[in-house]
Amino acid sequence: MSTGQLYPTEPLKCWGKAKELRLKYYKDYAEAHQRGALRYIGGAWNFDAVPTGLSGEVCSLTGEPYGAACAYNAEFSKRALEKAQSYGFAKDMCAYFRNYVGSVLLDEYVFGGPMPKADFIWQSHICCTHSKWYENVSEIEGGIPGYFVDIGAGASPPFSELPAHRIEYVVGQLLDGIEWLQEVTGRTFDDEKFIQATKYYMNSMYKWAKVCELNQNIPAPLGEKEMFSLYVLSTLERASKEVSDFYDELYEEVKDRVRRGIAAIGNEQIRLMTDSQPPWAFLGMWRYLEKDYNAISIGSLYTFSLEGAWEVREGKLLPKEPLAPGSNQESACWALAEYELYKPIYQSFYHADFKSQLMIMIAQQWKVDGVILHLNLGCEGSSLGVLENRIALQKAGFPTLMVEGSMADEAAIDRARTFRRIQIFMDQFSGPRAPAKAAG
Amino acid sequence: MKLEKVQETKLKKFQEWYENRHQYQQDYKSRTGKKIVGYLCTYEPEELFYAADILPVRILGGHKPTDATLSAPHIIDMYCPFCRDALGQGLRGYYDYLDGISIAQACLHIRQTYHSWIIHKNPGWSYFLPMPQNVQNPKRAIPFLYEELKLLKKSLEEWTGREITNDALRRGIAILNRDRRAMKKAFEYSKPDVPKITGVERMYISTSSFFVDKEEHAKAVEETLAELEEREMDRSTGVRLMIIGSENDDIEFVKMLEGIGATVVIDEHCTTTRYFWDEVDESVDDPLLAIAERYVRRTACPSKDWPQRTRFDRVLQFAKDWRVQGAIVMQQAFCDPHEADIPALSRFLDKNGIPNYFLEFDVTVPLGQFKIRLEAFLEQLTGLEGLF
Repeated sequence: MSTGQLYPTEPLKCWGKAKELRLKYYKDYAEAHQRGALRYIGGAWNFDAVPTGLSGEVCSLTGEPYGAACAYNAEFSKRALEKAQSYGFAKDMCAYFRNYVGSVLLDEYVFGGPMPKADFIWQSHICCTHSKWYENVSEIEGGIPGYFVDIGAGASPPFSELPAHRIEYVVGQLLDGIEWLQEVTGRTFDDEKFIQATKYYMNSMYKWAKVCELNQNIPAPLGEKEMFSLYVLSTLERASKEVSDFYDELYEEVKDRVRRGIAAIGNEQIRLMTDSQPPWAFLGMWRYLEKDYNAISIGSLYTFSLEGAWEVREGKLLPKEPLAPGSNQESACWALAEYELYKPIYQSFYHADFKSQLMIMIAQQWKVDGVILHLNLGCEGSSLGVLENRIALQKAGFPTLMVEGSMADEAAIDRARTFRRIQIFMDQFSGPRAPAKAAG
Repeated sequence: MKLEKVQETKLKKFQEWYENRHQYQQDYKSRTGKKIVGYLCTYEPEELFYAADILPVRILGGHKPTDATLSAPHIIDMYCPFCRDALGQGLRGYYDYLDGISIAQACLHIRQTYHSWIIHKNPGWSYFLPMPQNVQNPKRAIPFLYEELKLLKKSLEEWTGREITNDALRRGIAILNRDRRAMKKAFEYSKPDVPKITGVERMYISTSSFFVDKEEHAKAVEETLAELEEREMDRSTGVRLMIIGSENDDIEFVKMLEGIGATVVIDEHCTTTRYFWDEVDESVDDPLLAIAERYVRRTACPSKDWPQRTRFDRVLQFAKDWRVQGAIVMQQAFCDPHEADIPALSRFLDKNGIPNYFLEFDVTVPLGQFKIRLEAFLEQLTGLEGLF
């Protein structure tokens, strides 16, 4: 399908900066000890504002983005996955975890050199693997001290109401964690630094949601394939000034693209939505949709809210304004906990029907024509309810396609079959879409 | 006393309850007029339901692939067979007599069963209890669960139209504790050199406690204890084994295992000891607080057993106390929390001199294949002795 270019396109100006920040992050972690900095490991949802409050420099390595980086390097990933399996970890376990633990067992860092050992673990727990991941890594590495924060406690309907004790539970764990961090690292805790980090943390999440919101425009200013590379910074260190500033810059640039009618693809005719993490070794699927079908994926619940802060108001999904962190440890922990527990993606981990409601909201607000659901064998958390979601989306009038794969295990992806299924799915969308006026 | 006589008189009751759980529950409802709530995980605080005069019953699998496949449009295949089997039971209509459904937060898989159940088979009352995962931080987890139990209590009161008093809660605690104590005593009878109870019989006892009124159950267990005391087994004990793992109510598997020269003398999984071993402290003034403390401090499911694997201490204690010669490490296929523990568990058992063998369970297990593998495992344990 090709009807000539309807919209102007241009590369993102901040693209290079995103790549630079990402590579610097992994280099900083590897070289941290040379600079006298501490190294810690944890998940992409860890409350990184808290260890940022420690005096001196602290560098993190977040596990899921690291696993994704491994998956993008097929040769390395294959060896890491085999190593994890030979140690005894089942093939159906989290594919990010298996890549990560395989790296530890191989003692190879996917960015080169030996796998740098962390000084401590700082993790949040919401899916069955989160804490077990680092419990295992700690043991394999000979006993890295770890602290784990349970954040699943607030995920109970009705999600619009959050009783105070649920926030208090998380706040209490964070306050205990601050004490633990000081004991384990021997460093002092700087409240001012922490409070500033909470502001960056919430700003990164808020601005990412604002960026995603702009994709409601036709043409969409961003394609989901690019969004994958943009949200990742928030999964690395959203509490840092550099990342927070980057999202400010990105937001301004995407606003400008919308104002000028700059599109992600020049001939947007079909708007799709996906679900779950992408199969990192198979991003060609997005290129194929764009090139052969003029179809843009505007994002997904996952892409929007993995690191975006949202709230549901009057039946709509809207970016959630940052909360004021106050002036002390306790108030800042409260703001962080409250902001996190409202995240719809946490709630969707818990409630298949609520996730369906959120997906339908996105499909309607972002003017989606069809939905491609990634049946992600690599992540059981994001697969919760996916079949119920399919039923609900279809009942709401959105055509759906299920594509089986894995975010980080290439062996689970059948490319030929997937392309064939996409072809059949896309055949139902016919006729070019009339170009919309650029938003003012 | 002969084995046959005991089976006919007392232990047979548990098997009947296990096999006819739906009939029992429907009769119970007609007989008492009480509500019945199905629950999906052993973190459900049954004490509150007894206090509210409601019968809580655990929903387990039926081990019939034709039922389990009903969940295929709702739960993906890489979720555990137990959660798919449980939902299949509901979708087939076996539990249409339930008045409510509930889950205390545990793992992702069974949580999906709960949500699919309320989407497609909502019995009217449903409740998700956000049971804390960070049970190794009791300072924070207990006050949190205490507040959550208040909300559950309120929901039950609104539903039934009756206040749940502290006395009623104490009664609920006493009912549960009595049954727990009775079952623990019954399990003691597999400690002797010649166990007076088999693994199959123990499984019938503990599993049936999910299905029937606990007062009736405790009474039946207590009556059985007297007979067990005098019992003389007319079977060979063989190798003393322990089963460690995730949900397991596969009686056929245990029967097979005990038919090839072994006795399962103790287990550490969630249809036996992990479910009932820990009691609520009845000396605590506030019964709701006592319940919260019990569920936070009980032997943890692997999904909550972090950052330290505290469960392993109990595994080792059981292995020593029941003098096990080997362990079967089993898990429901795709069970992530257990999969995350198994490499460490296997190494832990090795280090402590407990030979172990791993098996993955599905809705039904391939008994023939498992038998060959387990015979080989038992041969490793007995050497030449086992041949003669």
